[in-house]
Amino acid sequence: MQPPSLFVLVLLGLTSAAYYLGRRRAVAVVGGAQRTRELHSRPTYYGTYTALWCALPALLVLGAWLALESSVVSQLVVAGLPEEIRSLPPERLGLVLNDVRNLVQGNIVSGQVDGAMQAAADHYLSLMQTSHAALGVVMLVLATAGVGFSWRSIVPSMRARNRVEGVIKGFLVVSSTIAIFTTLGIVLSVLFESIRFFQAVPVNEFLFGLSWSPQMAIRADQVGSSGAFGAVPLFAGTLLISAIAMVVALPIGLMSAIYLSEYADRRFRAVAKPLLEILAGIPTVVYGFFAALIVAPLVREAGGAVGLSVASESALAAGLVMGIMIIPFVSSLSDDVLNAVPQSMRDGAYALGATQSETVRQVLIPAALPGIVGGFLLAVSRAIGETMIVVMAAGLSANLTANPFEAVTTVTVQIVTLLVGDQEFDSPKTLAAFALGLVLFLVTLTLNVIALHVVRKYREQYE
Amino acid sequence: MNRLPPSAGAKGPAPARRTIDVVNASLGRRHAAERRFRLYGLAAIVTGLGFLVLLFASIFANGVSALRQTFVAIDVHFDPAIIDPSGRRDATELAAVDYGALIKRALREAFPEVTERREQRQLFGLVSSGAPFQLRDLVVADPSVIGSRRTVWVPADDDVDVLMKGGVDRTLAQGERRLSDTQLAWIDRWVAEGRITKRFNTTFFTGGDSREPELAGIWGAVVGSFYTLAVALALAFPLGVSAAVYLEEFAPKNPWTDLIEVNINNLAAVPSIVFGLLGLAVFINFFGVPRSAPLVGGLVLTLMTMPIIIIAGRAALKSVPPSIREAALGVGASKMQMVFHHVLPLAMPGMLTGTIIGAAHALGETAPLLMIGMVAFIVDIPRGVTDPATVLPVQIYLWADSPERAFVEKTAAAIIVLLGFLVTMNAVAVILRKRFERRW
Repeated sequence: MQPPSLFVLVLLGLTSAAYYLGRRRAVAVVGGAQRTRELHSRPTYYGTYTALWCALPALLVLGAWLALESSVVSQLVVAGLPEEIRSLPPERLGLVLNDVRNLVQGNIVSGQVDGAMQAAADHYLSLMQTSHAALGVVMLVLATAGVGFSWRSIVPSMRARNRVEGVIKGFLVVSSTIAIFTTLGIVLSVLFESIRFFQAVPVNEFLFGLSWSPQMAIRADQVGSSGAFGAVPLFAGTLLISAIAMVVALPIGLMSAIYLSEYADRRFRAVAKPLLEILAGIPTVVYGFFAALIVAPLVREAGGAVGLSVASESALAAGLVMGIMIIPFVSSLSDDVLNAVPQSMRDGAYALGATQSETVRQVLIPAALPGIVGGFLLAVSRAIGETMIVVMAAGLSANLTANPFEAVTTVTVQIVTLLVGDQEFDSPKTLAAFALGLVLFLVTLTLNVIALHVVRKYREQYE
Repeated sequence: MNRLPPSAGAKGPAPARRTIDVVNASLGRRHAAERRFRLYGLAAIVTGLGFLVLLFASIFANGVSALRQTFVAIDVHFDPAIIDPSGRRDATELAAVDYGALIKRALREAFPEVTERREQRQLFGLVSSGAPFQLRDLVVADPSVIGSRRTVWVPADDDVDVLMKGGVDRTLAQGERRLSDTQLAWIDRWVAEGRITKRFNTTFFTGGDSREPELAGIWGAVVGSFYTLAVALALAFPLGVSAAVYLEEFAPKNPWTDLIEVNINNLAAVPSIVFGLLGLAVFINFFGVPRSAPLVGGLVLTLMTMPIIIIAGRAALKSVPPSIREAALGVGASKMQMVFHHVLPLAMPGMLTGTIIGAAHALGETAPLLMIGMVAFIVDIPRGVTDPATVLPVQIYLWADSPERAFVEKTAAAIIVLLGFLVTMNAVAVILRKRFERRW
């Protein structure tokens, strides 16, 4: 077992001991279990208070220690390396360090193991051992000090419950802010790499350039070494596939929502609605397989039968399957907004002699239109961000075309192809993926914000 | 119903066309439109369900055959001269020998007429490259077989497997098939001798990934999925529940909590691949978490499932009636005691349902895990959260990308397994909801 996990186990034991100690102390200071009414809080709170003092400081130190340990140790190891290795460029130095680490763990090392390397590995190992031992001592001291401190501070008038609840509340607040940190993390990580990308490739060229071929040369004098980062073909491909998907999903989704909410009897609805929603629960990689294996050949043959030449990775196949995936999404959102239309509007239309379909077409849909548009935008944002279907069924070549029978590529496909495999984080090729991610994030965010706003406004209208 | 009251039509001399006539005249058309509209609705549902059926049918049709695998019986002479030249029966020595030689010799003995090198190579190609390892395991487990001669069933090559399952068109020209005419003749001879058969494919459920379809299994991916999901749930459940409790029970109404709410709703709609970019830039490049490990996959999935758990948890907390809270406060509980002793236990079934649904989402997630390197080719079964691993959906993606024909059925079978897990999880969620749902 690794020392840190051992420390955590020991700390767990100490903490439970601290809990009992604190509780006993609380009972003892008032002189027996019968007189616990004289305590401000119930004895368990004094126990929990002691346990928290035991565990929290030690855990905080553990976290900080582990976060800093590897970089500090690496620096110390580097400082102990011979001069000719220390003067290597940073990336070569990183390789050497990696080898040292591999040597310590008994893995295969890329280069020759020489004396200096072996010495460095021994140095590394001894530093790690010292660090772990120090960590153990510090944690133990902190835990005992915490227990001692809280033990001494237990008096009948101490407000243990309030203090414990304060800690719990702190934890609740911290966990609720994680959502903000996640968003912040997304924005910063994508933004930083994008800025580095835009230092190499101008923003204008990226947003309005018409050719996309992100190959970077290994040697500077290679043919076609520049690479082209005009993302317009990707945007066009994404829009084409999303448009095909919406052409499939919108009528089917909307009509099934109308049928389910206005025509179907309870039994039919109880069966058909969950069945349709299964489509939403199927992983996208399954749709991707379905698109590549079943739908694409089918589309190709159907095209061949009527004399069209269809690419085997046509936009049509990917868009079609993506549309199927989005059907339940459109349908359940439309169902919601149709149900939000007040019954009085239906009754009014029926009273004027309208048939059911006339009520739907001339009263319900106009009334629900903002909600439907909001749902539509949400579905579009889902289609734009969808990855696996297009990775598996759409092409890789960036064609600027509006022909659904040709292969196009999308933003998400390019992100995946640029980032899967070995990466070097200083080439525009890798950084381009982050720039595409930034565009994707901004576009879907805008669509979502608009859509949620529209839907909320629509709901308020009828409340 | 459509008749106007008599007084409406009865004043003055009868006009040529009364309103009612106009209405009546159009009724047929309107009712036809009504029927048509209804039919469109029904057609839409039928189309949607038709896609569902087509999807499931095609995957089952492709995947069921992966349950069985073709095996060939060969008579192997466990020649001590090859296996154990030193005669010491030492396990490490036995494990290091080239067992392929035994198989080649057995095949040469079975087909003595094949002498040309090229043909011999074709012959050896009929048996899986995993067969020597099977012999090795046999010998290491029971060294007493050395020196004996016995019939061993070894997996056939994937091309043979495809042929036996009817996936090869024999009428094609030789150059368009993966198997040559001579190979077909040998296989036919095996079939006639009863030396080739299909058996239940245990390797598929117990093995790790492999480049050879007949040796590839999903167990490594299942274990990887398990670790990844365990990390994700261990983090996302407590954090999600705490966040839901705070936002629903404690948070004051101010711009800060509004911001948190907007954030949670938006995170639920951010494309999953963007979370992969976050994982790559923050967890791997900044914090130095090992690539390809379930740990980093679990961290990314934590961030993706947390909004789902928070949203479900808040709905569950909302459904607990205020009377419970008032009663608890009324007998002197603190607010924290009220929440943790009374409200949270009542909301727990709803929260668990939301968590299971979130976990099912996370289990099917592929794109963000491609970004953080869980797409690597990994043969070993992972033994911890820091071992390199892959997960079930990524395994499906990798196999779907493989050119070998035999991987198609493996992919479909892996999809069936994945869908099986998802169905089970959702069924548990539904049962949980039915069993513990309380109407107040």
